[in-house]
Amino acid sequence: MSHAAPTHPVLDPALAPPFPQAALPVLRNPQLRKNVAHAIDVIQAKRARLVTEKTDWQELRTAASAMRAHVLENLGAYLTEFETKCTAAGGIVHWATDAAEARQIILDLLRKENASEVIKIKTMTSAEIQLNPFLEAAGIGTYETDLAEIILQLGGEEPSHIVVPALHVNRSQVREIFARRMGIKDLSDDPEALTAAARSYLRQKFLTVPTAISGANFLIAETGSVAIVESEGNGRMCLTLPRTMITLAGIEKVLPRYQDLEVMLQLLARSATGERMNPYTSLWTGVTPGDGPQRFHVVLLDNGRSSMLAREVERQTLKCIRCAACMNACPVYRQTGGHAYGSVYPGPIGAILTPQLMHMHHAQSLPYASSLCGACYEVCPVKINIPEVLLELRHQVVDQERKRAGRIFDPMYLGLRIANLIFSRAWLFHAAQRMARIGLRCFTRKDGWIHSLPSVGAKWTQTRDLRGLPSQTFHEWWAARRKEAR
Amino acid sequence: MRASLFITCYNDTLFPETGRAVVALLERLGVELSFHAGQTCCGQMHANTGFRGEAFSQAKRFVHLYRDAETVVIPSSSCVAMIRDQYPGLFDELGNESLRKEFAALLPRVYELSEFLIDRLAVEDVGAYFPHRVTYHASCHGLRALHLGDRPWRLMAQVRGMELVQLPNLDRCCGFGGTFSVKNGEVSSAMLAVKLQDVVSTKAEYCTALDNSCLMHLGGAMHLQYAGMKTIHLAQILASTEASPAEVTE
Repeated sequence: MSHAAPTHPVLDPALAPPFPQAALPVLRNPQLRKNVAHAIDVIQAKRARLVTEKTDWQELRTAASAMRAHVLENLGAYLTEFETKCTAAGGIVHWATDAAEARQIILDLLRKENASEVIKIKTMTSAEIQLNPFLEAAGIGTYETDLAEIILQLGGEEPSHIVVPALHVNRSQVREIFARRMGIKDLSDDPEALTAAARSYLRQKFLTVPTAISGANFLIAETGSVAIVESEGNGRMCLTLPRTMITLAGIEKVLPRYQDLEVMLQLLARSATGERMNPYTSLWTGVTPGDGPQRFHVVLLDNGRSSMLAREVERQTLKCIRCAACMNACPVYRQTGGHAYGSVYPGPIGAILTPQLMHMHHAQSLPYASSLCGACYEVCPVKINIPEVLLELRHQVVDQERKRAGRIFDPMYLGLRIANLIFSRAWLFHAAQRMARIGLRCFTRKDGWIHSLPSVGAKWTQTRDLRGLPSQTFHEWWAARRKEAR
Repeated sequence: MRASLFITCYNDTLFPETGRAVVALLERLGVELSFHAGQTCCGQMHANTGFRGEAFSQAKRFVHLYRDAETVVIPSSSCVAMIRDQYPGLFDELGNESLRKEFAALLPRVYELSEFLIDRLAVEDVGAYFPHRVTYHASCHGLRALHLGDRPWRLMAQVRGMELVQLPNLDRCCGFGGTFSVKNGEVSSAMLAVKLQDVVSTKAEYCTALDNSCLMHLGGAMHLQYAGMKTIHLAQILASTEASPAEVTE
């Protein structure tokens, strides 16, 4: 079958509209909201069941958190160890400062292989560096092999979740995409029929494309190994049949020892998919003669990570093992899905990771895309205090705002500056209360409620009434009572 | 037992009936209550919006006002969470040694209302009577920051005449989130719509909580939609007796 791959649309934080605007089309899309809420509820219920059965869940979290923190504090040493061990085992390690460098390294490697096509194991890091459109533009066909990624690639869709990237697509939509792009008439939306269609589409690729690209769930410093967990066996195929494998991994993915997988894999499977163990856990070390890919490259990607490492509060962002438990637990994500975040990393982790990967030059609305409810922190298997990082980033956004000339025309900025002045003296606060009481009188209806406010207030009254201000504040009541008692 | 009441800025301005209920309740239980006239705000709105310097000045003010209090009672779980979770970081970054020491000495004496009743006064039955069907919304800060656990339930279980109905998806945020409710007004409203469905499904007359900020959000939507339900702070239920029923605003 010919595969005229569409240029995969890219979630680019530099171009994405601010979160509140980007969320609107989703909020108005009943199908999308239903798909997202349903998918999340299923995963959440499975996760909750399996977490409850682990009596040592909190101890596992503590151990994993400490291990990841330790790695980040000694990252240079562990990466060097990984490079040494991987090289000794026959792998070749490349270092990429940013996305452009990583893309170029991979393209050069593919050119050296005379590759015109490449098969891929699901990797969000390759989406982060926008690898597919770059390779397509260079004339190299990219073929995703993960079922969800195939749906997105063939449907011209964008990932909306890091573990279940096609979570926003339901099976009748999958049927439509497959029928159209694979040219299958009379395809039913029965999951078995859809899987069979994907299987025959994939089989051809596995058997004919000799070059593969993967991400990495973990890199093991002690042995120079790479670990991939997946559910469909497509990863195992990509690790068996091609003659060349190129692995792209963020520098933070390293673990000290092979044994550390014991803690990590228990947490990852339960947190990510609500399974005791991933169906396929693949580990490979360099090159093994006569078995699997005979040429093996690892591209270690920085792309903003080392600058995060230098900051004490933000550093914990890099503890992330990409399980997506935070987005599954997030009440904001549940309503908006992933695309509103304008990044391949949506949800709470995306809200802290994306702006930092953009060096705080873009995506400044994302740290505000949270009600700070704390559900993300509660489920995080490596205990990333996401609300704490959100607040740190909000602080940085406000500091940028303080330097902007037009800031005084922003009602929110102005309001908060004035509020600070008001709160600094009780008499000012009390005067402001009296003024508000008088000022809001003309907006207050006979029933004592405010139904409509101008400016920022309209953002409140569009869906909520506001009770008119009572005629007596509490402190006025208290003072009157004291007076009476005397 | 002496306690100083920190009413919080929004309760003072918008929900004085909650303050009056706290006074009635605690005085009935024999607490000698005082009210510092200089109080304004804990700084939560500024801290959560990223205005750290401003939040610090409110935090410093709070410590200076209450450093001599025997205990401080606050009928707002999110404000207590602000003090407990965010003040330490603010003082580490912007404060000096003496401020940090004063705060460390004050912090164990700062209580959210249900904590004060259960942990400090060791009372579960406060003698309340509230003959209505009620559902309880566990505000995120009470649930995940303060870990209030079963404290509200132990208090509610003793309220005579009250029929308590379990709210589905109890641990899910209502979507208020302070300035989030206007900065992301539409997303906040979507979260509210989902929460309101759960609340309405209980067929309760009242939705109660230990935080009026969530209730302002929920109650505002109930009023707009003629949902036939009202919101009421738990302090008002606990203060309610046969002789002196809860003040309920129309």
